[in-house]
Amino acid sequence: MKLKYAVPAGLLAVSILFAGCANNDNESSGNEAPAASNNTALNVPAASAEPAANVKAVDFTSAIEQYRAYVIEQCDQFVKETETFTNAVKAGKLEEAKALYAPARMYYERIEPIAEALGDLDPNIDARENDVDAADWRGFHKIEKSLWEGKTTEGTSEVADRLLQDAQLLRAKVETAEIDANLLVTGAVELLNEVSSSKVTGEEERYSHTDLYDFVANVEGAQKIYELLKPELAKKDPALEQTIGEKFAALQAELAPFKSGDGYVSYEALKEEEIRTLSQNLDALAEPLSNMGTILGV
Amino acid sequence: MKKSDPLLGKKLSRRDMLRLTGVGGLGLLLGGGGIGGIMATRGAAAQVPAAEVKEDTIPFYGSHQAGILTPSQNFLYFASFDLTTTKLADVKKLLELWTTAAAALTSGSLIGNINDNPHLPPSDTGEAAGLTPARCTLTFGVGPSFFDGRFGLASKRPAKLADLPAFKGDDLEPKWSGGDLCVQACADDLQVAFHAIRNLARIARGTAVLRWTQEGFQRTGGADPMGTTPRNLLGFKDGTGNPDVTNAAEMQKIVWNSSGDGPAWMNGGTYMAVRRVRLRIEIWDRSTLNDQESTFGRYRHSGAPIGAKDEFDDLNLKATDHSGKPIVPPDSHSALAHGDGTVKMLRRSYSYSSGMDLTTGQLDAGLLFISFQRDLVKQFVSIQERLSKNDRLNEYMVHTGSAVFACFPGIREGGTIGESLLG
Ligand code: HEM
Repeated sequence: MKLKYAVPAGLLAVSILFAGCANNDNESSGNEAPAASNNTALNVPAASAEPAANVKAVDFTSAIEQYRAYVIEQCDQFVKETETFTNAVKAGKLEEAKALYAPARMYYERIEPIAEALGDLDPNIDARENDVDAADWRGFHKIEKSLWEGKTTEGTSEVADRLLQDAQLLRAKVETAEIDANLLVTGAVELLNEVSSSKVTGEEERYSHTDLYDFVANVEGAQKIYELLKPELAKKDPALEQTIGEKFAALQAELAPFKSGDGYVSYEALKEEEIRTLSQNLDALAEPLSNMGTILGV
Repeated sequence: MKKSDPLLGKKLSRRDMLRLTGVGGLGLLLGGGGIGGIMATRGAAAQVPAAEVKEDTIPFYGSHQAGILTPSQNFLYFASFDLTTTKLADVKKLLELWTTAAAALTSGSLIGNINDNPHLPPSDTGEAAGLTPARCTLTFGVGPSFFDGRFGLASKRPAKLADLPAFKGDDLEPKWSGGDLCVQACADDLQVAFHAIRNLARIARGTAVLRWTQEGFQRTGGADPMGTTPRNLLGFKDGTGNPDVTNAAEMQKIVWNSSGDGPAWMNGGTYMAVRRVRLRIEIWDRSTLNDQESTFGRYRHSGAPIGAKDEFDDLNLKATDHSGKPIVPPDSHSALAHGDGTVKMLRRSYSYSSGMDLTTGQLDAGLLFISFQRDLVKQFVSIQERLSKNDRLNEYMVHTGSAVFACFPGIREGGTIGESLLG
């Protein structure tokens, strides 16, 4: 859960102005291309300082439609798996419910930025204790607390019903949710920010310790967006596109040893250095990923 | 038009930027050559003509790195990094990017050329915008592990660059020790120093990660306008016995490497020893003034050697009282560190305070000891061996961290940090 902000339109206009000027300067200064080394990160080539006039505004329609299809597909699965989970909860099958909990959540975690854009759905589904007023607390984490801390399914039947309804509502809403290129770009970074602020610290799943499932799902969700934007990115800034690809691969490699059966080991099984390395690999990916916005605007 | 001059020909400082934008300067900026012009010239940042260098600016370029002979600034932010890449090309690239950024940081310019694009994170994190360089210096070095074979540089390791031997009483923790690379950021403003390390760490993301960091402080120039020798947390003047940094011949002898000292790539460079020394200040505070002064072999108030009057009076270790006993205790810190006076080093330490030790409820405070020397073994190790065995001060301190770095020779304009080593 987090606050969202939109880029004011005024700023956008300024950026266009800047791009134009940068272009002028390049022509007048004998075309000395700005060195890539002026940029902040190894992984950040000088895209925004390059001549912009010959670059046409990018058409994101196809990427957006493909992303919507992905979101719908994930949501379909999410509703299905949530139903299986809530059925187990309601049938009092404690162990079965515990086993179903984390895998079901992964479908949600992959598309979290969309849910966050849809009003109260995210808190209703995914709020942790203290994220919202006690009276309003419902959703996955309330059941998590009962299953792991209370070691019971008792008293969660109503929460389970509402969770399923909320999941179905999400599925209905994504059909028409507004998705634009900006949401894709910021969404990918948000997914990774989610990981670094709560999953990598073990705060998301404080009772079940299934944080690595969420971790992996957030990363997969970000990777999906990257894959969709990749063709445009490759045109605009091939070095950045390549770096992001490499860093995704490095992070996947870092996560691989923590697979266990169909899932992932408990957060509690991670050693301090392992957590730090995961976190550093995540930062190494998020930094270049945060420059994907270079394909937006002019 | 005079006002637009700096936009065309020269770099734009953080303060210029603020001033200009503050007086409706955006239009002015755009008029005077356009943002692109500013971006481009700012990239060439550090080519500041010597005449333009102001009091708050310490040149980044030179035959030696700054931050070594430079009179201590008020604050330190020390960072040790580990490389996560295994490619030498990435390391070179990192040092190139660090060079450009360091030139901007030490001259008070914004880093990078993407500070106004609404779709992108700004390339400078911004918290030093509008601030002067505050005499910021950035000093770069490589540790022994840099030469461990990952980058095919094992044959270039200076023979004398190795982890320090274990000394008596050491209680070193890995979390305060070692590192492939170091950056010593010093400035008269802690926010400026922090900003430097933060941005260098950001630039390194994907190539190197922070291994450990330590902030340090001294009394500020504001609190001590006379600029007297700063006192450490034990209340004693610290630095009195340092060699004179304005004496070039002395510095050549004590600090700088020249041909014959080791690998040619270190000519003009120096070796840095860093020790994180926690002071047992609670115990110290319970010791009598007499004990304290005997511990250092100096008077607390004046800093003068025991038996002498002035802070800078010679430390005369031969002087005896009427009963024939040495006046300066031979096991005092000054006496042992001084030895026969033939082996010296340049100390440039800062006090630190890192909150409290939750186990004991005591302050975790002490000294981030930093010294520069031509030869780690002949200078640092030989003195620390004496100290660790007999120093009275040992009762009041414990060494918790240790690192050594080969600090590159100076960076020439247009050059790159470490180019004598990496080409
Ligand atoms: C927390 C640890 C330390 C404290 C508080 C400390 C403090 C002091 C003080 C107060 C002086 C006298 C004033 C001066 O000459 O600057 C001094 C001198 C000196 N210290 Fe330290 N020191 C510490 C550790 C070390 C270490 C680890 C070394 C080197 C291995 C060292 C080497 C020296 C030298 C070379 C002198 C000058 C001696 C001379 O007069 O020739 N100190 N130190």
